[in-house]
Amino acid sequence: MELDPIHQFEIYPLIPLRIGSLDLSFTNSALFMVLIVVLTSGFLIYATTRRGLVPSRLQSVAEISYEFIASTLRTSAGHEGMKFFPFVFTTFMFILIANLLGMFPYFFTVTSHIIITATLSLAVMAIVVGYGFKKNGLGFFRLFLPHGIPMWLAPLIVFIEVLSFLSRPLSLSLRLFANILAGHITLKVFAGFVVMLGTAGFLGFLGAALPLAMTIGLTALEFLVAFLQAYVFAILTCLYLNDAIHPGH
Amino acid sequence: MEGQLIIAQAEVPEAPAPIEPGAPAAPLVDTPPLEPGGEELHTEVGAEEHGATFPPFDPTFFASQLLWLAITFVAFYLIMQRVALPRIGAILEVRRDRIAGDLDRAEQLKRESDAAIAAYEKSLADARSKAFAIAEDSRKKASAAAEEQRRENETALASRLAAAEGQIAAIKEKALAEVGTIAGDVAGTVVESLIGKRATADEIRAAVTAAGDR
Repeated sequence: MELDPIHQFEIYPLIPLRIGSLDLSFTNSALFMVLIVVLTSGFLIYATTRRGLVPSRLQSVAEISYEFIASTLRTSAGHEGMKFFPFVFTTFMFILIANLLGMFPYFFTVTSHIIITATLSLAVMAIVVGYGFKKNGLGFFRLFLPHGIPMWLAPLIVFIEVLSFLSRPLSLSLRLFANILAGHITLKVFAGFVVMLGTAGFLGFLGAALPLAMTIGLTALEFLVAFLQAYVFAILTCLYLNDAIHPGH
Repeated sequence: MEGQLIIAQAEVPEAPAPIEPGAPAAPLVDTPPLEPGGEELHTEVGAEEHGATFPPFDPTFFASQLLWLAITFVAFYLIMQRVALPRIGAILEVRRDRIAGDLDRAEQLKRESDAAIAAYEKSLADARSKAFAIAEDSRKKASAAAEEQRRENETALASRLAAAEGQIAAIKEKALAEVGTIAGDVAGTVVESLIGKRATADEIRAAVTAAGDR
């Protein structure tokens, strides 16, 4: 069981809660979601208590994260996109902190469950479609027919565009889920090799250095992936929001 | 592992059987002691299930995850939107304003110093032109005075020259007048020594005049 790479993804209830036939228990996953909210909110609020004109280190971290998302959103969705800034910021921070918390040994990774990533990406798509229709009415359908396309090509283009639009929530959720899942499994497998070889005599002890080096490298890579996947999710959200704001390409 | 998997999967269809009676029991009877019992039973089954199904695809806790994701995400969104982001935004805004204000002030100070430099340059130019005018004026005055002096000197010299000329003329006239008497004396003496006889003054004068006229 100790070397089972799947064990880390298991969900177990901490506070059982059952309404009708629905199991709504407060699980380890829920605990980490609460932890994400408490840690991130606590950090951002604590870091900005001094409101220094010249920022302290913590305050500049808060400012950098703010300006990073703000500039990403502004460059990809324009000034009008800034009304979605709280949403994009929340999404980015939630995923980033979920991924980073998952890097701690024995910690649960919220984003390693498809239901979480799927819900987040469906929320993004719901906002895109909802705002797109609210702002542009039926003009939102222009999204599927870019300007300057010959009419005889239109059916094909519309088909492709609709298909690509529908595949967005799928790719958005699977990319994050699969990256985090695969990374954590790989990490666990290589770390397991270290233990297995290390306890298998002298030669095995020497041989364990190889997977150990691999584990160290993979850990660094996973930190990169943790940030990168949160960023990819955020920037794609920005691009999709841009489609909702300016559907005429 | 394969065998385990099959056994575990085989257990799954059997597993819901104990749950079914437990689940309806919960809404029917509100007695709390029954619920934890059902729950424990369920978790035991869950643990067995986890050995078989891949946890991320296990729908047992889908509803729970959805609920807690919704609660935490909405709470997170509200905290970010209402508290954290306005705070950071305000800090950045204050800094941007302060920098813009400082730049404005620097611009204003630069304008002021430019104006001061211009004023200084102007007064310098004024002073220079004034000094030039004064110099020019005094130069003119000095040259006028010199001219005056020269003219005065000239007139004085001219008058003295005229006086001197008059004097020379008078002396010359006088000398010329005396020439006749000297000539008469000489002529009288010459005539006396030549002929031994004194010529009369009138004769001599006539002779001298005749010689002078010739």
